[in-house]
Amino acid sequence: MSTTYYTEDHEWLTVEGGVATVGITDYAQEQLGDIVFVEAAEVGKTLSKGDAAVVVESVKAASDVYAPVDGEIVEANEALGSDPSLLNSAPTGAGWLWKMRLADEGQLAGLLDEAGYKKHIG
Amino acid sequence: MDGTEAKHLSLEDIHRAAGAKFGAFAGWSMPLTYPAGVMKEHLHTREHAGLFDISHMKLFVVSGPDAAAFLSKACPIDAAALSERQSKLSFFLSDEAGILDDLIITRLGAERFMVVCNAGNAAADEAHMRELAEGFSVEIEPLDRVFLALQGPEAASALEKAGVGTSGLVFMNGMEPRPGWFMSRSGYTGEDGFEIGLPEKDARDLVAKLFADGRVQWIGLAARDSLRLEAGLCLHGNDIDASTDPAAAALLWAIPKDLRETGAFIGADALRKATAEGPKEKRVGLKPEGRQPVRGGAPILDEAGRTVGRVTSGGFGPSAGHPVAMGYVAVALAKPGAAKLFAEVRGNLIPLSVHPLPFTPHRYFKG
Repeated sequence: MSTTYYTEDHEWLTVEGGVATVGITDYAQEQLGDIVFVEAAEVGKTLSKGDAAVVVESVKAASDVYAPVDGEIVEANEALGSDPSLLNSAPTGAGWLWKMRLADEGQLAGLLDEAGYKKHIG
Repeated sequence: MDGTEAKHLSLEDIHRAAGAKFGAFAGWSMPLTYPAGVMKEHLHTREHAGLFDISHMKLFVVSGPDAAAFLSKACPIDAAALSERQSKLSFFLSDEAGILDDLIITRLGAERFMVVCNAGNAAADEAHMRELAEGFSVEIEPLDRVFLALQGPEAASALEKAGVGTSGLVFMNGMEPRPGWFMSRSGYTGEDGFEIGLPEKDARDLVAKLFADGRVQWIGLAARDSLRLEAGLCLHGNDIDASTDPAAAALLWAIPKDLRETGAFIGADALRKATAEGPKEKRVGLKPEGRQPVRGGAPILDEAGRTVGRVTSGGFGPSAGHPVAMGYVAVALAKPGAAKLFAEVRGNLIPLSVHPLPFTPHRYFKG
């Protein structure tokens, strides 16, 4: 059984077996506009919560996406290299950004659930 | 930004109703994108007709017996030689020939000219003109107008269908077709198109008529930027500013040769010196390899890792289909194929090459 968490920075993460799949929310992709490039996450890199993990480039600007929790990146979404627009068309599905092994599952308690995130974006 | 409240467009309610997202630009709250998004807005302009609210830009009527003489002092232009309806790109230069602003000047009558300035420089431009006007018999009148740009291959026919004749205007022509109106065949996209300054009431009427035509869509500032960048057109404050002169900016074509040699406009001596010595660096188009956009501010390095220039504007070109940029590089490197260059982006080196401007061909209507 997987559970989906959200951050106030408009990321989602679905956790299963100690590994989180991370992406940006539909609200975030709408704010960013048309995505033209995604700098792939670096597999093997250890990140602390709040570290920049990938850079997403829209037509107009570059935006960092941050690690929502501590952990090590175990997989990057290769499909975004050839089709960055997946981030617009399927941000919570095929447009996921990276998978990371959680260093401390206790950090999940500090994140938002779906109702909390919906309230956050009003 | 000077901390004062952002200025709002007169037609803001129309933009809100159209679903615009707003952002700050040059002291104004401006529509950045509409629900279609920057990519579709950009392509729509190149294929059909895009409508832009550019009321942040400022129109000044310069009139009086000395109007031509005044403009020829203030700008590197022979205003007396302009024929009626003729528009020219020109500049306000500093004494050091730095570009204080770029302008479009149109002759409307024997003693009457229109000067169109950039939003961010409008207040400084007005003060500059008023100071220079001393001793000239000339009046400088800032206009309070809605300013719209209709751009794209279907702009002329959409405008005619909306009841506004294009009056035989060709590219870089302008006139006053109705009381309180100024209309020029020009723009900032590389496409055929028009810029129309008009009273708010008339603007609301024109917008309604234009939108009865399915070919017209609102286009935000984000697509305006990607369109002008593909067209190789400069954004003052990014690609040109008081630290760049027209020679380095590759804009000498806008200054007639005889004026460069003998003109008495402000900055003439410094410009003569700059052209005689030759610029150290030059503005060029830049094409990054691959898909990653390179933005303004990125340093440009050569193969040895030496800094040889800087990117001043960059992004993705939806019509070009690849990232596009412009910037300054050392003169010896300022031609396609002269050297392997790299832009430094977040610690990575992105290979890029000097590319001819524009990235997408201009399609102006020249008659």
